[in-house]
Amino acid sequence: MSILVGKQTKVLVQGITGGAGSFHAKQMMEYGTNVVAGVTPTRGGEKFEGKVPVFDTVARGVKETGADTSCIFVPPPGAADAILEAIDAGCSLVICITEGIPVMDMIKVRKVLETTPGVRLVGPNCPGVITPGACKIGIMPGHIHKAGHIGVVSRSGTLTYEAVGQLTALGIGQSTCVGIGGDPVSGMDFVDVLTLFQADPDTHGVIMIGEIGGGAEERAAKFIKEKMNKPVAAFIAGTTAPEGKRMGHAGAIIAGGKGTAAEKIAALEAAGARVAPTPSDMAATLQAMMKK
Amino acid sequence: MKIHEYQAKQLFLKYGVPIPKGYPAFTLDEAEAAAKRLVDETKSEVVVVKAQIHAGGRGKGGGVKVAKGGVKEARELSQKILGMQLVTHQTGPEGQKVRRLYIEQGLAMERELYLGAVVDRDTRRIAFMASTEGGMEIEKVAAETPEKILTVFVDPIVGLSAYQSRQLAFGLGLEKHGKETVGKFAKLMAAFYELFVKEDCSLCEINPLVVLKNGDVVALDGKINFDDNAEFRHKEWETLRDVEEEDPIELEAKHAGLNYVSLDGNVGCLVNGAGLAMATMDIIKHFGKDRGVAPANFLDVGGGANQEQVTKAFKMILRSPKVKAIFVNIFGGIMKCDVIASGVVAAARELGLNVPLVVRLEGTNVDLGRKILSESGLKIEAATTMADGAKKVVAAVAEASR
Repeated sequence: MSILVGKQTKVLVQGITGGAGSFHAKQMMEYGTNVVAGVTPTRGGEKFEGKVPVFDTVARGVKETGADTSCIFVPPPGAADAILEAIDAGCSLVICITEGIPVMDMIKVRKVLETTPGVRLVGPNCPGVITPGACKIGIMPGHIHKAGHIGVVSRSGTLTYEAVGQLTALGIGQSTCVGIGGDPVSGMDFVDVLTLFQADPDTHGVIMIGEIGGGAEERAAKFIKEKMNKPVAAFIAGTTAPEGKRMGHAGAIIAGGKGTAAEKIAALEAAGARVAPTPSDMAATLQAMMKK
Repeated sequence: MKIHEYQAKQLFLKYGVPIPKGYPAFTLDEAEAAAKRLVDETKSEVVVVKAQIHAGGRGKGGGVKVAKGGVKEARELSQKILGMQLVTHQTGPEGQKVRRLYIEQGLAMERELYLGAVVDRDTRRIAFMASTEGGMEIEKVAAETPEKILTVFVDPIVGLSAYQSRQLAFGLGLEKHGKETVGKFAKLMAAFYELFVKEDCSLCEINPLVVLKNGDVVALDGKINFDDNAEFRHKEWETLRDVEEEDPIELEAKHAGLNYVSLDGNVGCLVNGAGLAMATMDIIKHFGKDRGVAPANFLDVGGGANQEQVTKAFKMILRSPKVKAIFVNIFGGIMKCDVIASGVVAAARELGLNVPLVVRLEGTNVDLGRKILSESGLKIEAATTMADGAKKVVAAVAEASR
């Protein structure tokens, strides 16, 4: 068991013939992910890597191959449209890797998501989702992962790798790792993913990695307190970030004194999560909680 | 991206948000000419001279002055403000040099209100906030008297509805100024919303929004921030950008496709990924706070940087006089460790390495990366983990400053 993706997942890659799309589609296939289709408008009929059929539209790709999950590498100007196309074609999971989508576009996408039950969006501006040993969808380095029972959910890509690297080094495997992305308006948030981890019998503990900006970590804290009995270790990046400056991610900004790391750390600790004192202690913090 | 008040007001005008008459001025003579034009056009001797910098709180800092004696006084005030180092709560203690002015007609106002629009992250919608506490910082009002802030959320498919504008208008008590004022406010709201969406704003503020004695509603101030992600569909933003308001190193980084933010500390950081870059700052501060060691910058070279970008990034760090040591922290995923290592070595060779360098490499092609570093002949201290690297760089700075 795991959450969101597994051996059975049939993946369609939007933007499969582009630079990032082709590179990572190949990596995913090498990892063992079941990539069944690709989409690039006007390139329909081609075969990617000699075996994966390319279609002009997502609708056609889904119809022909039964793909249920889309992974999007379309550049920012067309990325929101690509998400809408995947939703309309009936994909139940849409994972958008693209960084730099205008927030106005994402506001519209969110509205469509709210009115389309049964569809989940992960990202944008995220590394993707991996269930180690079974299915890798996105851009994370597969080899640092190890199959096991810890769920990882994070707003940051490389900081997720850092946490996974620490877990694997301690011999602790992961059930599923979900990068929810660094944008201010996006798909699944911490609460959505924690809900799935709590319900997944194969996940025994969670590492949650947040950062400055917004109120998603505070909402997660409330959920952890009220609904979770699995241990949650957390880290919040940006304790030293100055106010009003965008720290790389579009969503990582302290605005009007709100969204500071201190507030988030306090909320999580009050909820019973344990916050790692440094980013080097994420796995060790969880390990200490699991032993109890 | 931020723009000046006068530029925001030009957009207000374009979309139909009423503004006072006014003209920008870059020199003293231009300021005088603008004042003369205003006095002629408005038949009033009252002219306002406003410093144009990107930070807020200009009035309190002495950057906004009212000339009641017409052109001569306007020129005198302009002389004082133009070129001054304006210090506000948003500029930092060093302040910001005033290079541009906005000369505006003075208006007899009845009431000052606040109107703002932001992207609300919790509801994932555009939120309009209005308050009777015009002229005050909205954060302060939100903290002290939250009940005085009225908010409406706009459905992105439906757009702003007239009833929502009425809700704000009656909430502000605008009917007291006559029923026409309610209608004028609703019209202003519609224009404001259209501007926000079409111009891809992330924040738009009118503080104060004033009601005049004749019942008109006018934007006395204007602040607009754009969503950087939408730059690809707004070529005109380049003409609105005032590079003198931006940190030159941050601007250079932006052109090189790097994310860079200047900080006050003494350890230069080169990291891949925004979250890891922030976490690297945090861990340096964690181990260094009692020894006077802190990060000098946030620098994310991104996931797909090439060797030239890494070289460029490393050079930017090396150039800063405040940097006493450098910490390179890489968890290579897409970014390969050998690419980072080659970039670092190339930059260090070209500029010479005169501060301690601690490198922590992990991930794809890590062995190759470490080999490149160790064979470079450069004095590089290798670290095994983030904590190990942070401790080593803190020790190096403490050692160097002894």
